Amino acid sequence: MAEQLLDVKDLHVNFKVYEGLLRVLNGVFLNVGAKEKVGIIGESGCGKTTTMKAIMRILAANAIVAGGTIAYRGSDVLQLGMEDLMRLRRTSMSMIFQDPTAALNPVFKIGEQLEDIVRYSEFTSNAPTKQEVRTKAVELLKSAALPEPERILDSYPFQLSGGMRQRVCIAMSLASAKDLLIADEPGTSLDVTIEDQIMRELKQIVEDRGLSVILISHSIGAVKGFVTKLYVMYAGTMLEEAPTDELFSNPVHPYTQNLLKAVPKLTGGGVPEGIAGRIPSYLTIADGCRFASRCRSAKESCHTDAPPAFDIGNGHRVACFHFGDS
Amino acid sequence: MSAEEILTVKGLKKYFKTTRGIVKAVDDVSFSVMKNETFGLVGESGSGKSTVGHVIMGIYGPTAGSITLMGKDISVGVGRRSKELKKRLQIVFQDPASSLNPRRTIGQILELPLRVHHLAPEGKYSEKVFEMMDLIELPREFVVRYPGEQGGGEKQAVAIGRALATGPSFIVLDEPTSALDVSIQAKIINMLMRFQKEFDLSYLFITHNLSLMRNVAQRVGIMYLGKIVELAGTPEFFSNPLHPYTKMLLSAVPVITPEEEALKPEKIMSTGEIAGALNVPPGCSFHPRCPFVMDICSKVVPTMVEYKKGHHVACHLYPSAVSSG
Amino acid sequence: MKRAASRKGADYGKSWHKFSKNYLSQAGLGVVALVAVVAIFAPYIAPYPSHAEFFVNFPEAHEPPNWVHIFGTDQFGRDVLSRIMFGFRYSLMMAVVVLSLVVPLGVVLGLVAGYYRGGKVEMVIMRGADIFLAVPPLVLALSICSVLTPSVFNAMMAVSLMWWPWYTRLVYSISSSLRNEAFVQAAEIAGASPFHIIFREILPNCLGPILTKVTLDAGWVILIGASLSFVGLGAQPPIPDLGTMVSDGANFLPEQWWVSLFPALTIVLIILGFNLLGDGVRDLFGAEAV
Repeated sequence: MAEQLLDVKDLHVNFKVYEGLLRVLNGVFLNVGAKEKVGIIGESGCGKTTTMKAIMRILAANAIVAGGTIAYRGSDVLQLGMEDLMRLRRTSMSMIFQDPTAALNPVFKIGEQLEDIVRYSEFTSNAPTKQEVRTKAVELLKSAALPEPERILDSYPFQLSGGMRQRVCIAMSLASAKDLLIADEPGTSLDVTIEDQIMRELKQIVEDRGLSVILISHSIGAVKGFVTKLYVMYAGTMLEEAPTDELFSNPVHPYTQNLLKAVPKLTGGGVPEGIAGRIPSYLTIADGCRFASRCRSAKESCHTDAPPAFDIGNGHRVACFHFGDS
Repeated sequence: MSAEEILTVKGLKKYFKTTRGIVKAVDDVSFSVMKNETFGLVGESGSGKSTVGHVIMGIYGPTAGSITLMGKDISVGVGRRSKELKKRLQIVFQDPASSLNPRRTIGQILELPLRVHHLAPEGKYSEKVFEMMDLIELPREFVVRYPGEQGGGEKQAVAIGRALATGPSFIVLDEPTSALDVSIQAKIINMLMRFQKEFDLSYLFITHNLSLMRNVAQRVGIMYLGKIVELAGTPEFFSNPLHPYTKMLLSAVPVITPEEEALKPEKIMSTGEIAGALNVPPGCSFHPRCPFVMDICSKVVPTMVEYKKGHHVACHLYPSAVSSG
Repeated sequence: MKRAASRKGADYGKSWHKFSKNYLSQAGLGVVALVAVVAIFAPYIAPYPSHAEFFVNFPEAHEPPNWVHIFGTDQFGRDVLSRIMFGFRYSLMMAVVVLSLVVPLGVVLGLVAGYYRGGKVEMVIMRGADIFLAVPPLVLALSICSVLTPSVFNAMMAVSLMWWPWYTRLVYSISSSLRNEAFVQAAEIAGASPFHIIFREILPNCLGPILTKVTLDAGWVILIGASLSFVGLGAQPPIPDLGTMVSDGANFLPEQWWVSLFPALTIVLIILGFNLLGDGVRDLFGAEAV
């Protein structure tokens, strides 16, 4: 069993708003081993980004962590003091965001932004010279498959294409990610061929450096070629967890099955009907299984009790009462 | 023009003058859409596919070329189009958040086209709006809500409802589901397909999602830097792609089943960035990225040939039609 | 549509809740409300209403603040507090009249210029606005006033003439950027008339910044008005305008400090009130450039 890098258990996060309390995350679980690549698929609003923000502790001010633990290398991130937390962010984990244009400050050159991060994360104790910082920055850009790194350091974000900006963001995150890299929909704003290229490059980088990755996407195909373990998330709960091939060949949760069927296939076959009903509002969400209101095989108990994750062998877990009793 | 064609685009050009030079967004595009057909236009960003849709709608007037809808020439900007034409031709935009006025309620948005064209007797507009809400499967009480309060799928349903309000014959669908999740996309696409049958519609479907295109269009054209480089019936397009760019795009599509994986052409690596429409390379605009590039490719622009019946391609690898067919 | 009403009610409740969290803005609202009430009911609540008109009482001239005259009396024996209360009337009137003229005109011009951007219409309107904006505001108002006979009315006209371009510019920037938004294109494609698009599609999106600016401007219009009166080009004696009071009293500084100081403090208070309120209004509508 690989050494556990990140172990999220039973995470509950609520948000306080004018209308009341949004009960978003409801018992989320997630674990990532060393050098393991894990993916989370789920639709908008299901809580993927919220979970990541909880791990990095960058949730909004009106967020309340109502329960659960996030164990990173043994210590609970939620209990960490500010100093330890900063050190963690500087030297251990990092995040790539969805929109590289928004992640880069438009009024500063790439070099200024990248060098700031390098100075902050690589040279924590000794004060480096300007040349050392620059060299390190160039090195990072090269490792993110960027040609002409010197020219890029002297450019502004608007002078680069979308693909190059995303590579710059990858380079920036590599400066501080020594153990864990969280990639939140990194290819969404890019063209298909560029996304394909970037994901291949990212996979190479990650494997070269022995990083663990959490890849979030709502593009199921993009995730498939990249990760070894997949989580399916819906309305703030983890519904299913399985090794990648197992999930695609044997999806068991009704939601997962529907989701995979709803993806249009290159081989044709028409577009099947989506799932009836709509995602419940976090304000008025009922207890019990959060998918029950849209599930065709829901039982009485599904509406009242929230199913825990049942182990069905092969590293495959599913949160559904059809696979076990509470 | 054959009796079955509803929209014909001939030699369409749209050039934009910018401070940095001329952007040839659409550069000599020709195709036609048959009645009750869904014609797909696929391409990456910068290909000009959205601009084609915009020029057809009249958001821009064409720089050259002609557009014919049901026999009538419509190659002018929207300001100079007749009201009758505006009833016949509608569009659904990609981003529902910006295509619906955030300060107008859903009811007001749906009512506007009805009022403009006097499609209901005075006092009966609310009724018609409710009918439309039923059609797009939204609860009637949502008429007083603002678009910002709804999810992407619901917003897009409103945009579709607005497009249908005037009883059009032709709808341009500009990436209608690109901003939506997979299961919502399925719902919207099914809705569009149902409406096509029910209301006798023809669609120009623009998207970059090849897997989606496979399942909605009967014929597909693929664009690169303002030109159509290949055009064929859907099954033929996906099982026998000819142009290197088509193969490149298809080989990069993320798929989830082994059958799809088997269908994909051999991987063609994209080298370098997509050239901007400002500095279109001479000759075949794809030649800097093409793994099969020949001498002639950097000098002469390839012409579109009907290589096989119904299968057109513009590439020096296929200089003329196959003798049989 | 009863449902519409109840939904609007819920929206207002949420807005008020947001606003009520901002104590400074509430203070601003309080000040503005106080000034408005005092101005409206001045004849009934001022201790010496007659002092606001032509009145002399030399024996009681220049009395320092005491229990009979809380803010003291001026050189003519008139109660300063009462005159200030009536002065609020002229201040608020200046704000209301000027803004009522300037806002509709400036907004309409801005909307039209933004909608027809790229053409002659835009050029004429915006270059016209530029011309007015190129002259330093006070200089423009002063020149107009010095040509015409000084009076409250002429002061209001002068201020209006220099104020309208700000609204045109504000609305133009929003209108011209919304011009190319998909929902405007969709309305054009549906066949809506330019009138509908300008006033029913684009204008509602401008209301937030306009309202914020109006609230903040009220204070500044009052200040400009007081400045004009201070140099003698606005309200003429015996009208109790705050600016005139400050300038009259300046002759008697520093011994009879109360004659100038209290009117000046109330000017500060009024402007502060509108500014704080305006900040709250701006937060309510989101941070957009004003």
